Amino acid sequence: MLPDSKIPEGPLAEKWEKHKFNVKLVNPANKRKYDVIIVGTGLAGASAAASLAELGYNVKAFTYHDSPRRAHSIAAQGGINAAKNYQNDGDSVFRLFYDTIKGGDYRAREANVYRLAQVSVNIIDQCVAQGVPFAREYGGLLANRSFGGAQVSRTFYARGQTGQQLLLGAYSALSRQVAYGKVKLYTRSEMLDLVVVDGKARGIVTRNLITGEIQTHSAHAVILATGGYGNVFYLSTNAKYCNVTAPWRAHKKGAFFANPCFTQIHPTCIPVSGDYQSKLTLMSESLRNDGRVWVPKAKGDKRDPRQIPEEERDYFLERKYPAFGNLVPRDVASRNAKQACDEGRGVGTTGLAVYLDFADVIKREGADKVSQKYGNLFEMYEKITGENPYELPMRIYPAVHYTMGGLWVDYNLQTTIPGLYATGECNFSDHGANRLGASALMQGLADGYFVIPYTIGDYLAQTAPTPVTTQHPAFAQAEAEVRERINKLISIKGNRTPTEFHKALGHIMWEYCGMARNAEGLRHAKAEIQKLRKEFWSDLKLVGTNEELNQALENAGRVADFIELGELMVDDALHRNESCGGHFREEYQTPENEALRDDENFAYVAAWEFAGEGKPEILNKEELQFENVKLTQRSYK
Amino acid sequence: MAGSNPNAKPMNLTLKVWRQKNRNAEGQIVEYQVKDISPEMSFLEMLDVLNEDLLHKGEEPVAFDHDCREGICGSCNLFINGRAHGPEKGTTTCQLHMRKFSDGDTITIEPWRANAFPVNRDLSVDRSAFDRIIQAGGYVSVNTGGAPDGNEIPIPKPVADRAFEAATCIACGACVAACKNASAMLFVSAKISQLALLPQGQVERKTRVENMIAQMDKEGFGACTNIGQCAAECPVGISLENIALMNREFISAKATSNNLA
Repeated sequence: MLPDSKIPEGPLAEKWEKHKFNVKLVNPANKRKYDVIIVGTGLAGASAAASLAELGYNVKAFTYHDSPRRAHSIAAQGGINAAKNYQNDGDSVFRLFYDTIKGGDYRAREANVYRLAQVSVNIIDQCVAQGVPFAREYGGLLANRSFGGAQVSRTFYARGQTGQQLLLGAYSALSRQVAYGKVKLYTRSEMLDLVVVDGKARGIVTRNLITGEIQTHSAHAVILATGGYGNVFYLSTNAKYCNVTAPWRAHKKGAFFANPCFTQIHPTCIPVSGDYQSKLTLMSESLRNDGRVWVPKAKGDKRDPRQIPEEERDYFLERKYPAFGNLVPRDVASRNAKQACDEGRGVGTTGLAVYLDFADVIKREGADKVSQKYGNLFEMYEKITGENPYELPMRIYPAVHYTMGGLWVDYNLQTTIPGLYATGECNFSDHGANRLGASALMQGLADGYFVIPYTIGDYLAQTAPTPVTTQHPAFAQAEAEVRERINKLISIKGNRTPTEFHKALGHIMWEYCGMARNAEGLRHAKAEIQKLRKEFWSDLKLVGTNEELNQALENAGRVADFIELGELMVDDALHRNESCGGHFREEYQTPENEALRDDENFAYVAAWEFAGEGKPEILNKEELQFENVKLTQRSYK
Repeated sequence: MAGSNPNAKPMNLTLKVWRQKNRNAEGQIVEYQVKDISPEMSFLEMLDVLNEDLLHKGEEPVAFDHDCREGICGSCNLFINGRAHGPEKGTTTCQLHMRKFSDGDTITIEPWRANAFPVNRDLSVDRSAFDRIIQAGGYVSVNTGGAPDGNEIPIPKPVADRAFEAATCIACGACVAACKNASAMLFVSAKISQLALLPQGQVERKTRVENMIAQMDKEGFGACTNIGQCAAECPVGISLENIALMNREFISAKATSNNLA
């Protein structure tokens, strides 16, 4: 049974204020009696760790990296949205809310999204105060640019390295609390299980990645800020270590997993060049402000792009969506690129790419100005492809980038396990079926700086401030299960490496549960994944032991969980008989090939409940109520 | 013709790789052959090929740090043919591509060498000293909430841009590895400069530089002798000027660190 989502009563604009007043408080002297575990030190984790420590709680922060600053938030390029309306162009909290709900194709909760838009303005202030060097105008004030899915300029940025600068801000705040002794930092420590005592989250089991030591840690509450699961596709723009293990282990201990099939395929990534490829690299969406997307009008036109005259080019986004042009939302841009390639008009050696052309803006503004805006992105492109985008148009193709699905949370960001919270990309809450550009950084920091510090207090105030220890038998049991699983992985002694299994899984997921899905393909995928899972547990090859730095072993555990998640994603995609946002079912499309929603039957959050090994997961539905926006067919024309 | 070069020929290479079981074990260079390496591969993808091959043979793969593979997380840290991050200027190891090498090449791969960066295993090192230096003062002490409106702190664009340049440090440690003294001055000065340039950093400007430098010394990094190898090898182009600025900050702080003079 799905618990109440705890959305406060009252008008949309007053819900959060009211809720903040209604939540219980922990008095300042008592805060030091509570321990909070935070797993992950990216934007959502580091901001929460710093903020909770500042309030007086004892925080234990865990990361599998050698430093909190390496979390994948660091790679976010384009920017962070905030409803500041500094540009006097008609922005407001309501407009940011509206754009986000619409961009998400009406599959997100109104109350959560409105709160996100409200606190967005505080994030910018906080980051500026920390010394985050945002881009500025000559008058010294903050600069903005526009992003996909919006007709206002509300995106704050630090060249093409906004995620880096925001993360370093949160990391510095976290470091300050480490120095004060309010945060204990556990680096190179990977969470391998959640410990639940009497139905409440009370701790975690970790493995020290250098020594292999298995440890248990206790706390009054646990926050998972472990990011998304895009690497289920093997190739994605995620960092190599990004994985689903922490939330998946929590899922198997009782946390529902919501909308797992909602994955975002980002339209502008550097195309695959060979089967050795280990990851894909994003080219920021901000490039679509000035870059023009096109393919040749004729099929199989293999001429040098510079030799193709203007009238023989199809600027398909500008042609089909004149109002938004190249700045349509990501799902729309991706599908149109795929369509152009499916028609045989793709470019490059593989035919799986479209052009993103900067010739016009370079002519209009000069190469220097373009370099100021996008210099580091152009350099990165040239390093990877060996081609100079000042001279030749970039070749881009969609790639898996972000996962809107994640652990189900209520308005307080609490999962279905009391005392277990999920923040940032790890939860499902704010982006519906499609996330708008520059909104991931906003959500991670909103959750960490401005939501969880209030909502976790409500839970802790109702929890006895007595010390929690790892003495309860549930800790020993969870630890034993972790050891047994590791021993099992090592003892298979088969023939295929973790990476080979991962690639096989990725191939199935991309082929059948990627940019376009259909019932037949999804059924086939489910059978293939089940087969792969059997093979994994009978034919995995590892070398070495647990008691050492063993990267193949780490990877094997992550791949095992990805295989299980993959099957759930396929189930979710198969049950959702509609198209919405990033979930495009070929059977459900408009005559113009746009996503065709079914609001009557599917305006709900699908929250999946683990029912035991070998049993089908149970579907729970949270019906979405729309009181402030009218559900319409999205149009960006 | 745009697109990956279809005529690029695969390469066969000899690798000489530092192998060391753990922090306390003796290490040694071990030679491996890798075949059919595409020039389009990244350097780390070439190592992936080696590791898959080793795993299949039942040998232990080479441990190395990496994550984002797009040059920003700062995890990757290989000393390639005697140079931090290899032969290409302004490039992290993960962004180095095999087209910079030729068929038949021998490539030597070592970890960062510095007392303050002990080896975890093979090519992976412990850089937590950098975190402790930041913990000593690499921040502005503002709690969450209560910050003034972002536009109430106007900052001249050239100042903001220069602070940004310093703030782009990825803490990979190439500066330390490249320096014959294993000095961390470039890393530390980048953070000092960023915050000394910005109005937000003024309040703690003096204590910050004193505390961070004290921690840097405590971690066992060497002194700076103004050779400039650090800036030459820095993959993100952190300028040597930052060290000059830090030295000035330090002297000024030493003279007036009660903040009253």
